[in-house]
Amino acid sequence: MAEFPSKKERMQIKRHPMPEQDPQARNKNFEEVTCGYTAEMALEEAKRCLQCKIPTCIDGCPVSIKIDQFLELIVAEDLPGAMNKIKEDNFLPAICGRVCPQEKQCEQQCVLSKKGDSVAIGRLERFVADVSLEQAASTPSSTTSSTAKKSSGKRVAVVGSGPAGLACAADLIGAGHHVTVFEALHELGGVLVYGIPEFRLPKAIVKKEINGLAEAGVQFITNSVIGRTIGLDELFEEKGFNAAFLGTGAGLPNFMRIPGEEFGGVYSANEFLTRVNLMKSYQFPTYDSPIMDCKGATVAVIGGGNTAMDAVRVSKRMGAKRSMIVYRRSEAEMPARLEEIQHAKEEGVEFHNLTNPLCYLGDDKQQLTGMECIKMELGPPDDSGRRRPIPIEGSEFTTELDIVIVAIGNGSNPLLSQTNPEIETNKWGNIVVNPKTMATSREGVFAGGDIVTGGATVILAMGAGRTAAAAINDYLETK
Amino acid sequence: MFKIKKAEFLSADVKLFEIVAPEIAKRRQAGQFIILRLDEQGERIPLTIADSNPEQGTVTIIVQGIGKTTKSLNQKESGDSIMDVVGPLGKASHMEKFGTAVCIGGGVGSAIAYPTAVALKEAGNHVITINGARNKDLIILEEEMKQFSDESYITTDDGSYGHHGFVTDILQKLIDEKRELNFVLAIGPIPMMRAVAEATRPHNIQTVVSLNPIMIDGTGMCGGCRVLVDGDSKFACVDGPEFDGHKVDFTNLINRNRIYQGLEQESLKQHECQLLEQADKKEE
Repeated sequence: MAEFPSKKERMQIKRHPMPEQDPQARNKNFEEVTCGYTAEMALEEAKRCLQCKIPTCIDGCPVSIKIDQFLELIVAEDLPGAMNKIKEDNFLPAICGRVCPQEKQCEQQCVLSKKGDSVAIGRLERFVADVSLEQAASTPSSTTSSTAKKSSGKRVAVVGSGPAGLACAADLIGAGHHVTVFEALHELGGVLVYGIPEFRLPKAIVKKEINGLAEAGVQFITNSVIGRTIGLDELFEEKGFNAAFLGTGAGLPNFMRIPGEEFGGVYSANEFLTRVNLMKSYQFPTYDSPIMDCKGATVAVIGGGNTAMDAVRVSKRMGAKRSMIVYRRSEAEMPARLEEIQHAKEEGVEFHNLTNPLCYLGDDKQQLTGMECIKMELGPPDDSGRRRPIPIEGSEFTTELDIVIVAIGNGSNPLLSQTNPEIETNKWGNIVVNPKTMATSREGVFAGGDIVTGGATVILAMGAGRTAAAAINDYLETK
Repeated sequence: MFKIKKAEFLSADVKLFEIVAPEIAKRRQAGQFIILRLDEQGERIPLTIADSNPEQGTVTIIVQGIGKTTKSLNQKESGDSIMDVVGPLGKASHMEKFGTAVCIGGGVGSAIAYPTAVALKEAGNHVITINGARNKDLIILEEEMKQFSDESYITTDDGSYGHHGFVTDILQKLIDEKRELNFVLAIGPIPMMRAVAEATRPHNIQTVVSLNPIMIDGTGMCGGCRVLVDGDSKFACVDGPEFDGHKVDFTNLINRNRIYQGLEQESLKQHECQLLEQADKKEE
C-alpha cells in the first residue's frame, strides 16, 4: 500500500497533465476530448495533496465533498473506499469530475494553488468514479441500496431529471422516501443529455449514473410535462405525493432582438445543441432529425459562455470551414471555463472578441448570408462587475456567414408559472425560494437549479437539489 | 411505448389514429397538440389533437403522409406502438360566445379545426364550417362537421365535390352578403390561412390561425418554433399554437418551414428506397 511521501517530496511532484485526444483528430470526431488519468497518474497526483489540517478545498465545493479524505484513500489504493467517501456528498461524481469548474471552486482554494498548481481534484474525482462505474458494469447489481434507510412511506415528486433533480432524488431515496422523477423529454438527464456534447460528457456515463439511481429505487417517468401532462395539483391530490421538487431548468433561449434573427440559419444554442446531442442530427440521415449542413460552412457563435464553446466546437466537428466565437467583451470577461476556451482554440476555433452583431443579412428566401458587426471597447465596470462593452462609432463591418448560433443565455420557462400562479416568481420569471430550504411560496413545493438562479452550472444545480432534499426530509418529518 | 388502438385511412394519404395515452386524454383541451417520436432514430414532430376519449384513455390524431415520419406513421396499424408521445402541449383555444363563428379547415387542417369548432358550438356560437380540399377524395370529417354545424360548406380546388374553388370564395360570399361574422378560425396550408386573414382584415373580423412550425422539445426550451407575430418573436409551443391571423408574418413562416426541405426530401427518398428493397426481398 502506498503512502504519502514527505511534504518536501510532495511539493516536488508536478501536477499531472490530462491525457487528451490530439486537437486535429478530435475536432473531427465526437469522442471524449479528455481521456482520464491512468491508475499510476492518479496515484502520483493524489500524493501531491498536503492533507491540510484545515482543508480549504472543501470550502470551495458547493456540495462539500470530503476531498482530503478521498485523496487519502486513493493514496492508500482503496478506490472503493474513495468512491464511498465521495458518494457521501455527491451522487454523480463521474459527471461532476468532468463538468465542474474546479479551477473556480475546490482547486482555487487548494493551498498549493497559491504557489503553483493545485492538486487536480476534479480529474481525481473523475478517475475514482470511472473506475467504480467500470467495476459496477462487470459485477452487476450488487446491493446498491444496502445503505438506504427503511421506507418512510412518504412520496416525493421530482420534476425534471437534470442535475438538480437527480441530486435531489439521490438524497431523498437515501433517506428512505419513495421518489418519482418526471421528465418532459424522451430521454433522462436534462441538460446533461440535450445540452452538454458527447465529447465533453459521454452520454453512456450519464446513463450509468442514472441507472445507479434507478437500481437504488428511484422511479423515472419520461414524456411527462408537469403542468401539462399532469398538473402540480394532481400530483398532490390524485397521485398521493407528499412533496415536490421543481428542477425544470432554464427555459426560453434569449435572442438579442436585432433584425434578421428570424432568418433560416439563425439558431439558438439550445436548438443547435439539442438537434446534435439529443436528436443525433450529426448522424443524419440514419437519425431522422435534420440540421443545416455545417460542412465547409462559416459558423459564428454569439456569446462567451460554456454553451457558446460547446456550440462552436460542435460546429467544427461537423465540418465547418470556419468556426468562430463573436463576443462583445474581451477574453478576460468570458464566463466560459478556461479549459473550454483553450480546447476550442486548440481545435482551430477563431475568437473575435470585442465584437457585437448589429443585424443579420439574408437572401430573398430569408436564408442567412452574413452579419453586420460593430467593434467594441471596454468602459467602466457595470453591475456584474465586468467592464462594460461600448460600441466604437464608425467601426461597423460585414462578414459572410452560413450559420449563426446565438448563445447568450436563457430566460425562464413559463410553463409552470402559467398553470400555477401561486408559485411566486421574480421579474425574470424565476421561481422565488428561501435560499436556506429552497422552499417556494407553496407549501410542500421546493425548487432549485436554473429555474431559480437562471443559467448556472451543473454543480450549483446539484447543490440546490441537495439543499432542497434536506429541507424536504425535514418537512416530511413534520407531516 | 404508446399503443395504437385504432388506425384507419380517411383518404389515400390521410390516416386517423387513436393512441392510448390516458394522462393526455384526461387533460387535453381543443387547440392543443402532442409531440411524437416513432422510434429510437426518429425525429420529434408536433401534431394537433383532433379528439380525445378520457374514458377509454385515447387521443385521436389525423395524419397526412408527407415526409418520412408521417409516411412511416401512416404504415402503422392498430396494435402497433409509438415509442414516445408527450402532451398535451400549447395553449388551449380561447373560447367564448362570439356570436357567429366561421371554422375553416383546409385539407388535413379540418382535423385540427374540428375540435375547436365543436367547442365553439358548445360555447353557444352559431357555427359555420367550411371544409376544403384539393379534390373529393381528400375531404375528411364531412359528416362529423355537418352534424354539429349550423351551416356547412364543402369546397374542392378541382370541382369534384361541393363548390368549385377555394374556401375563401365561400368566406368572401358570406362577407359580401353582409353576414355578421364575429370570429373566424382558419387551419390548413399556410397560403390558405394567409388568404383567409387577408379576406377578413378589411372587415376587422377577429381571425385566429393555428401554426405548425418546426419544433423539437415543445416546452419552450429550443426556440426552433419561433414565429413573427406583430413583429415580435413568439414561441408557437408555449405562446401558441394559435395566433391572431392578422398579425402573423406568413412569409417568414413559409421560409422557416423550408429550411430543411432538401434534407427532408433526401430522408424520404432514402426511406422509400429501403421500403422498395424490403418489398423486393419479400417477393424473392
